[in-house]
Amino acid sequence: MVDLALQGGAVRAREAVFRSQALARLRLGDVAFRHLTRAAAVMVLLILSGVILSLVMGSLPALREFGFGFLVSERWNPVTENFGAMAPIYGTIVTSFIAMLIAVPVGLMIAMFLTELCPQWLRRPIGTAIELLAGIPSIIYGIWGLFVFAPFLQKYIQPFLIDAFANVPVLNSLFEGPPYGIGMLTAGLILAIMVLPFVTAISRDVFDAVPPVLKEAAYGVGCTTWEVFGHVILPYTRVGVIGGCMLGLGRALGETMAVTFVIGNAHKVAASILAPGTTISASIANEFTEAVGDLYTSSLIALGLILFVITFIVLACARYMLLRLQRRLG
Amino acid sequence: MANLTNNPLRAGRRRRNAIAKGLALAATAFGLGWLVLILGVLLYEGVGGLSLAVFTENTPPPGSAGGLLNAIAGSLLMTILAVLIGTPIGLLAGTYLAEYGRHDKLSSVVRFINDILLSAPSIVVGLFIYEVMVAPMGHFSGWAGAVALAVIVIPVVVRTTEDMLTLLPDTLREAAASIGLPRAHMIVRIAYRAARAGIVTGILLAIARISGETAPLLFTALNNQFFSLNMNAPMPSLPVVIFQFALSPYEEWQKLAWTGALLITVTVLALSIIARSLTARKS
Repeated sequence: MVDLALQGGAVRAREAVFRSQALARLRLGDVAFRHLTRAAAVMVLLILSGVILSLVMGSLPALREFGFGFLVSERWNPVTENFGAMAPIYGTIVTSFIAMLIAVPVGLMIAMFLTELCPQWLRRPIGTAIELLAGIPSIIYGIWGLFVFAPFLQKYIQPFLIDAFANVPVLNSLFEGPPYGIGMLTAGLILAIMVLPFVTAISRDVFDAVPPVLKEAAYGVGCTTWEVFGHVILPYTRVGVIGGCMLGLGRALGETMAVTFVIGNAHKVAASILAPGTTISASIANEFTEAVGDLYTSSLIALGLILFVITFIVLACARYMLLRLQRRLG
Repeated sequence: MANLTNNPLRAGRRRRNAIAKGLALAATAFGLGWLVLILGVLLYEGVGGLSLAVFTENTPPPGSAGGLLNAIAGSLLMTILAVLIGTPIGLLAGTYLAEYGRHDKLSSVVRFINDILLSAPSIVVGLFIYEVMVAPMGHFSGWAGAVALAVIVIPVVVRTTEDMLTLLPDTLREAAASIGLPRAHMIVRIAYRAARAGIVTGILLAIARISGETAPLLFTALNNQFFSLNMNAPMPSLPVVIFQFALSPYEEWQKLAWTGALLITVTVLALSIIARSLTARKS
């Protein structure tokens, strides 16, 4: 008996050792896993700093050579190695402006349709379809724009615009020149189609977050759908809608492939939106692999840095505004 | 009553309302119209070029027939590697945000930066990888392309992982803790399992996103006319081949570009629809 008891005690002691070893292993695994996840989270920050750092380093030669003049110069001459970013910046802003001009009102109207007018069973399919539009890769928009949309504009829309505004001051210089088909207007319109689903999806989500009691109160005092939309829903969700639009703007500013196909890659600041131009991303996509010489490459990277800074600011504002709405909704 | 309905003010309000409703309907038709138009043209132009040769022959020299085999293989290889590199990092980072540091300072910064990376221009990612991989190595390579794509995968996976883990009820975590399970085990054995559908959705969405990405590949993986599985050499990819062929003056190349575009779109749409149905079933 005593033997057995002693044995049992030894077994128990050994078990205790095993158990504490196993526990130590578990604890080690626990701590290791925690640090692993933390390292991965820090990695996200490292990627962003890496992007900024590499762009700054890469663009130093160009910025040193041209200084502040790089931002305001329209020259772009690979032969004499004289570069300025004015034309791409101008093109980026003009095309994005055209895109937002169309996508914001249309996107808001679609969101209003989806949240206020659409029968319940149709909401999901239409919402999904609009979101699928957002999933189509930009190169598809590009090839479609080049072969289908640009010829269509060239044949039907652009001659009409040129004729219609030929005698109107200001507008005639906006719609001037031969109808090339490709150009800033075409790029802007394709961007509008691409940005539309983003604006729609976010607007729909924030409209859905409006407390029903607010809307019902407005309907209760006899407001029409349009009045509820304009006087209750929009003011309530304003911050979120602006945030969503800026998210779309960030998309439009940085969009590359769709624009590259149809912009015409001309480093010129032209008043006419029918003229070929270029954007920052299109210049990089078109010229980077062909760029010979450090200064040429560096100038293109400097363009990338400018683009990144602009989109960073726009996206940061967008996120901040969406966050504010989220906080208010609790 | 009659007076009320004939009130000109009310009539005006109703008219404005009708116009607005009409416009909303028109806007929706306009938005959906583009989807139909783009998909229609894509089918019309792309299906004609579909044949077995597309999958068995390499991209042809100008003026002759061929297929897209090398481009498809390159795209598949780089996509798989990008997912293999990007998913673990994204998954772990998302886990930190949702499980360990839900409210700490680091998490709010990472969350913010991640959201910005999520919609940052992809061409900038290409420049970044060019600077840190292509320039030091001295040549374009499949690895550079895969890493560039991985950089795009990470924020997508971080975001969906965090969202899906936050959706889990805390009682689940508390139950695991109450039987003495260490936190890491709770996360791996219970939280991941409970959020599996959502996490897979995130990965599928990331694949959908990168399978059409062109800009980050242009000056990382470049292109290659021949079949190549060598990750240290320039590697062809479907989007880059489409870009090159569509802008070429050769009719055979343009036709192949349309076929490639159709393949990519079908893949992307199928992935997003599968991803959607995965999460739809759960909620």
